[in-house]
Amino acid sequence: MTDSDLSARTPTTDEFIKGLWRENPVFVQVLGMCPVLAVSNSAINALAMGLATTFVIVLSNTLVSTLRHFIPKQVRIATFILIIATFVTVVDYLIQAISLDIHRALGAFISLIVVNCLILGRAEAFASRNGLGRSILDGLGMGVGFTFALLCLGGVREILGNGTLFGAAVFPDGFQPWIVMILPSGGFFTLALWLLLFNWLRSRQAERQTTLAEAAP
Amino acid sequence: MVEIIQTDRAAPPASWPMYRALVGIGMLCGLLIVSVYVLTGPVIARNEARALEAAVFRVLPGATSSHTFALTEDGRFRSAEEGTPTDSEAEAGTPTYSGMEAGTNTGTPIDSGDPELEKQAGTPTDRVVHAGYDDNGSLVGVAIQAQGMGYQDVIRVLYGYDPARDAIIGMQVLASKETPGLGDKIEKDPAFLANFDALDVSLAPDGQSLQHPIEAVKGGEKSQPWQIDGITGATISSKAIAGTLRQSSAQWVPLIHRQRAIFTDREVSNDGQ
Repeated sequence: MTDSDLSARTPTTDEFIKGLWRENPVFVQVLGMCPVLAVSNSAINALAMGLATTFVIVLSNTLVSTLRHFIPKQVRIATFILIIATFVTVVDYLIQAISLDIHRALGAFISLIVVNCLILGRAEAFASRNGLGRSILDGLGMGVGFTFALLCLGGVREILGNGTLFGAAVFPDGFQPWIVMILPSGGFFTLALWLLLFNWLRSRQAERQTTLAEAAP
Repeated sequence: MVEIIQTDRAAPPASWPMYRALVGIGMLCGLLIVSVYVLTGPVIARNEARALEAAVFRVLPGATSSHTFALTEDGRFRSAEEGTPTDSEAEAGTPTYSGMEAGTNTGTPIDSGDPELEKQAGTPTDRVVHAGYDDNGSLVGVAIQAQGMGYQDVIRVLYGYDPARDAIIGMQVLASKETPGLGDKIEKDPAFLANFDALDVSLAPDGQSLQHPIEAVKGGEKSQPWQIDGITGATISSKAIAGTLRQSSAQWVPLIHRQRAIFTDREVSNDGQ
């Protein structure tokens, strides 16, 4: 999934952009499904979870990239997990200090950011063999892409399951919410539909590129 | 995902770099966690205190100041403002902790005619309550914490009791892990919360128990002032709230009602401290 031949390159906006779309952690890499399915039951939860994950991924990428020559590969997983767990604990305290309500809404899932394979994946596959600037951009892009995907799910699930978006009503009073969309099964349905849409868009794009290439030799 | 780091270092390194990396990063991380904890600790404690105070004002509409009272062993309320731990607070954690009783019992509805519960209602419990006063300094009501088993986990609630109106005048869920979208409606559903604007808890003539224990009915079937309209799709959570309030009110309401003068004459009890 990563391209080690790029390690000589200087930081570019591409490191950031790729996480948003081409290598979107949820819709393309399909990583970190536990929080994606569990915390996307409302848009505000999705946003808070996305921002917390972005915070952790950027900081862990920063530290892993800074220390990459210092960490022998035999103990790299242990140190990566230690670094990630530290930043998750930090973000846990920070959220409590910022808003107890958000902390209550996210519940156990903040601590579970530790085992989000997306973060360990970026530390292992990118930050541990790329420079600081590119690693930060990569973390930022992946984090924003993750937040975007969570919002896609959370928005749809909240609109259909509760008739609201960010707590504001979007349907007239007569709307009967599809409660199943808020329940765990609704997460799977919504994720499947988004994956379907993304794969269709990507295959259409690929087709267009081949036809273009054939038309202009 | 193999051979990620420094593939050029093919020879197995000595153990020293591994110790150095693990211990060094461990110390760095430990330092970071402890400093963030120390920095955010006071803020978090202040947030929690503010959240409780905001909840007190929310369950006691019109209240603008609050005063904490503790129930002593002899069954009397004493002023217990911060910094003056009373005997009763030191005893917190004894088996008569009323929250624990509620936690174990609310799964099965208990009629307040139950002799055991009536005995408990007469037993002093070591807990604190928060009296709320309006701008003129007159008593709005007393906020009481209670907890009971919900669908997923223990639900903690705060409710306001107005001894003058013999009614519960507000309720707020402090902590719950109910199913998102279903059970958690007990926290914000306006129709459900409206049940607690004036929920009758008047005492029986003997002054020891409630005339009508609080009960949950199916949504829309509320016909009596002591009934709670349940939420469709959140039956268990609604019943858990009703059960928690039924148990807690059976204990607290007779006690507070008997000693309501202590709460209304706050200045007197303050001078006595």
